[in-house]
Amino acid sequence: MRIELQKRANTSVLFSILSPLLALALTLIAGAIMFGLLGKSPLNSLYIYFVEPLLDVWSLHELAIKAAPLILIAVGLSVCFRSNNWNIGAEGQFTIGAITGSILPVLNPEWHSPLILPLMLVMGMIGGALYAGIPALLKTRFNTNEILTSLMLVYIAQLFLDWLVRGPWRDPQGYNFPQTKSFQPEAVLPEILDSGRAHLGIVFALIAALALWFMMRFMLKGFQVSVLGQSERAGRFAGFSATKMVWFSMLLSGALAGLAGISEVSGSIGHVQPVISPGYGFTAIIVAFLGRLNPLGIIASGFVLALTYLGGEAAQLSLGISDKVSRVFQGLILFFVLSCDTLIHYRIRLIFNPSSAQEGKS
Amino acid sequence: MTFEGVEASPLLSVRGLTKLFGSFAACDTIDLDIGHGEIHALLGENGAGKSTLVKMLFGVLQPSSGTVSLEGKPVVIPSPGEARRLGIGMVFQHFSLFEALTVAENIALSLDPRTPLAKIAEETASVSRAYGLPLDPSAHVADLSVGERQRIEIVRALLQNPKLIILDEPTSVLTPQEAERLFETLMRLKAEGRSVLYISHRLEEVQRICDRATVLRHGKVTGACDPRQETPASLARMMVGTEVAEVKRDSANALGDVLLQVNKVSVASRTPFAVALKDISLKVRAGEVLAIAGIAGNGQSELFDAISGEYPIADNDGIVLRGKPVGRLRINGRRLLGAGFVPEERHGHAAVSALSLSDNLLLARSRSDKKAFLAGGPLAIVKRDAILSAARRICSMMDVRKSGDDPTAGSLSGGNLQKFIVGRELDRQPSVLVVNQPTWGVDAGAASRIRQALVDLAKAGSAVIVISQDLDEIFEIATTIAVISDGRLSEPYPAGELTLEQIGLLMGGIHDSHSGEKSSGEDRAGMEAAHAH
Amino acid sequence: MFEAILLTVITASTPLVIAALGELVTERSGVLNLGVEGMMIMGAVAAFATAQLTGSAYLGILGGIVGGGIFSLLFGFLTLTLVANQVATGLALTILGLGLSGQIGEAFVGMPGVRLQPIVIPLLSDIPFFGRVLFSQDLIFYMSVALVFGISWFLFKSRAGLKMRAIGDSHGSAHALGINVVRTRYLAVLFGGACAGLAGAQLSLVYTPQWVENMTAGRGWIALALVVFASWRPLRVLAGGYLFGAVGIGQLHAQLLAQSGGIAIPSQLLSALPYVATIVVLIIISHNRRTTLINTPASLGKPFVPDR
Repeated sequence: MRIELQKRANTSVLFSILSPLLALALTLIAGAIMFGLLGKSPLNSLYIYFVEPLLDVWSLHELAIKAAPLILIAVGLSVCFRSNNWNIGAEGQFTIGAITGSILPVLNPEWHSPLILPLMLVMGMIGGALYAGIPALLKTRFNTNEILTSLMLVYIAQLFLDWLVRGPWRDPQGYNFPQTKSFQPEAVLPEILDSGRAHLGIVFALIAALALWFMMRFMLKGFQVSVLGQSERAGRFAGFSATKMVWFSMLLSGALAGLAGISEVSGSIGHVQPVISPGYGFTAIIVAFLGRLNPLGIIASGFVLALTYLGGEAAQLSLGISDKVSRVFQGLILFFVLSCDTLIHYRIRLIFNPSSAQEGKS
Repeated sequence: MTFEGVEASPLLSVRGLTKLFGSFAACDTIDLDIGHGEIHALLGENGAGKSTLVKMLFGVLQPSSGTVSLEGKPVVIPSPGEARRLGIGMVFQHFSLFEALTVAENIALSLDPRTPLAKIAEETASVSRAYGLPLDPSAHVADLSVGERQRIEIVRALLQNPKLIILDEPTSVLTPQEAERLFETLMRLKAEGRSVLYISHRLEEVQRICDRATVLRHGKVTGACDPRQETPASLARMMVGTEVAEVKRDSANALGDVLLQVNKVSVASRTPFAVALKDISLKVRAGEVLAIAGIAGNGQSELFDAISGEYPIADNDGIVLRGKPVGRLRINGRRLLGAGFVPEERHGHAAVSALSLSDNLLLARSRSDKKAFLAGGPLAIVKRDAILSAARRICSMMDVRKSGDDPTAGSLSGGNLQKFIVGRELDRQPSVLVVNQPTWGVDAGAASRIRQALVDLAKAGSAVIVISQDLDEIFEIATTIAVISDGRLSEPYPAGELTLEQIGLLMGGIHDSHSGEKSSGEDRAGMEAAHAH
Repeated sequence: MFEAILLTVITASTPLVIAALGELVTERSGVLNLGVEGMMIMGAVAAFATAQLTGSAYLGILGGIVGGGIFSLLFGFLTLTLVANQVATGLALTILGLGLSGQIGEAFVGMPGVRLQPIVIPLLSDIPFFGRVLFSQDLIFYMSVALVFGISWFLFKSRAGLKMRAIGDSHGSAHALGINVVRTRYLAVLFGGACAGLAGAQLSLVYTPQWVENMTAGRGWIALALVVFASWRPLRVLAGGYLFGAVGIGQLHAQLLAQSGGIAIPSQLLSALPYVATIVVLIIISHNRRTTLINTPASLGKPFVPDR
């Protein structure tokens, strides 16, 4: 038996919408099988994992807290990926943004001005952007592959953070815990509603998603992203600069990742510590693809992947399964999304007979 | 169909051969006979089904129905390997060569795996010499010219001792002199009793060397004849069906100011496989069509890039557009000065296949038509309606056949997309238009339309540069002709004064038929002064 | 003392060399598999689990190879049969591999490992210095050396290797010549996965005979950089792999020296050295666009759909 692909003349609009849903369905089936193999009841486990976290308000807040950085980073990544710039180091830009954004509260714990929070956010964005500027510079000036450089920088950023919180930034009254003093109240990102912990981060995420959707859909800039991603040569013919696009997309996604970083530290954690992210920068890649690289789609997929984190925590509590099962689900989602995306560009045919020359095949 | 004068038992016999892609019949019940020691032409214009037919004969595609017989026995050809084993060899129009490997390695890949590489190298050297197409087995393909690469393909086919060799448009990449050498080789093959299936759309060649011809149109056989007993017009009618409009041209336009000038431009090659431009100079006036003839791979794309501004040059005065030095100016700056550009590659350069026609319109005119197509100042919001109506206007002006109001560029046929791309520029009434290969891979009707449009543009007072590999086209529309060879440009000659033989010599690298030797930079300057228009 | 350091460098370099060699073969056939990290960690956990359950480190090696190989087939199916984007699929493989291995390895955390014992080659191991360093090593080291020379021979002296290089140069032309592009690429991907799995096995059976989550610590990515650095040539992979291994060991020793000498160099800075070195090396090798173009397999990463 052989699988044969035939390119479609026009990409299928039907499958553009169906593909992510099909991928999710397949993930659920695979997940059910996995739960079964772990000795748990499949349907009950799926319920605990995917449905229970949606049932109370407090949990929905947690969902928003997890979705915020995912959406924020992923919309930036969608612009990068669409323009054929593969920023894999968003996790590092998130970390550096968290660090630069925390400079003010850590070094000036007694400063109580209302200015401190906006400054923190701006500094976080600048930090993330500058850190993303490194792979951008290496790509444009030295022709170096941005996947590998941005990735190496992730490890470097995490080591830097580790050194900071164990060394110069450690709270001297903190019983030797590797973390900073808790931020003063003015430096904490406020909650949006009283019913739970969700902070302004989710608002930033939605604004960023809408703004980037507008840009991609209506502005010349979005057109440039699209053209350069599909053909650098055609982009050059149009007078669009691929070099400038590297900078634009990397700085933009770095800034958004940095904003996500400082929002997480300031809104969700309240101080700086060695581990500030359960891999948001990498999970955001999955969010971007599940959302089909469309900022509006990413809003939805951000919540779906946030759910996988919550589900993992719930599964750990109720089923005794380790929360690593979250990572497995996330990986499975990406796998199925990529598989189902084939249907958008190609028609799949299963050929059962070995071909013989005179037999008609159409 | 019965053919008179064909021997009773032909070498190859095809009956009712059909190939369907979905519901589209690329080949439709084709009958064909090729005799022993016969050079058989397969005629037809682009899209007629010639390539599909020979791909079936060579095992690259499988027929949907019909039979193929060799020496009277029906055969099945499931793969190129089997085709070779049956004694069928093929030289494709687009070579299947590996740049990073040597000549011997390339040939080894299509031969019996049991033969050691050293022996293949030896045989390559001797066979290539014997047939008048010498090759060095240890050379890397990346270093060879297009003509030499074709030799690899031919020698590779010959080493398998074929009874039938299929050649797909072989002379499209050769100088007239190299083509002569090829014809000698073909005569030698014929004398050995081998047969040749010769695909071409060049009627004079076919009449010269071919014994019989089969003509295809829209996948069906529309004629089988002895080409020597036909006229070019009758053959053309079998190929195209209706009369194709001849390009109408006034005998001479009055030539106006120099609108584009290139002054001794030299550009180093950007990539290891590119050609360096050496000391290029040219002038084009209002009302003039300057044609730059040359075989592919002699610097045409590099010249286009320098003139268009996709790759600006260091010397600002090297290129002067409407009196302004623009060497360093990028492409949109040059567009703003009234220039238009049509690159060679339709897909992935002049247009993006996955984008709609209106998007492709914006591609070339986002800067030049900023006021019409973009709104909102710095936000640069795209005015879809304005672009869409402009696209409609262009499609009707150029008679672009398409499905739907704003389909993707990829869904158009080559000819229709090219009409759109050329129309996209004409719509702006550019004072200078530079076109690279205006009708490559385009059907005769669209080609004629495009050529007429270029001639009309010049008549209206613009300066037009046409870079082309098609000498027939050049003679049809050019006022002046120059030849590019290995990155150097010859003197321009008035079109009426240049013969085919002279062009061939110029293509082969003899830069000035007046001096008969390769000219240096200083000689050029002297010659230019002497030939100043 | 020098001998002891050399031994640790060999142990540190071997997994890099093996993983990079596997990826080199994959990329020579035109496929870019970014999932090396994922395949390596799957190999590590598979090897450890097999060794624990059977008690034999040798069966553990087999487990690692099989684990990495099977996992790579997922990548192969998506990119070669379904023609999915190679970059995204490679990332998916890594994310899934890290998660799945963490899940599987949960049961084995903290268990003492089954260490792979060295095989002492008689006679040769009596040579002073070299005998101890080169000829008293474990099986995986010997395999790494065999791989370097075997792959070199395969690519440049064998018919099958010629075909593979042809595919990497132009898959369209290779297909036109009747070479089965997809099948060769599947084999290349499988080989790359098996090598990555073997490298992972080395980590959990020799380097630190234990299972720790994410124990590959980015080595898979460094292996990818190594392939670029070596311009897709096996002997250069050997050289580069040992260079990186030396940097890795060097920074560990520097940390110890600094502590004992009372010099306050942050350990994190030294730990960052291998990653910084990778970036520097990539810059050096890539910045000349001309040579990069000549060395890179021309069809690397491009999707291929055979027309029939």
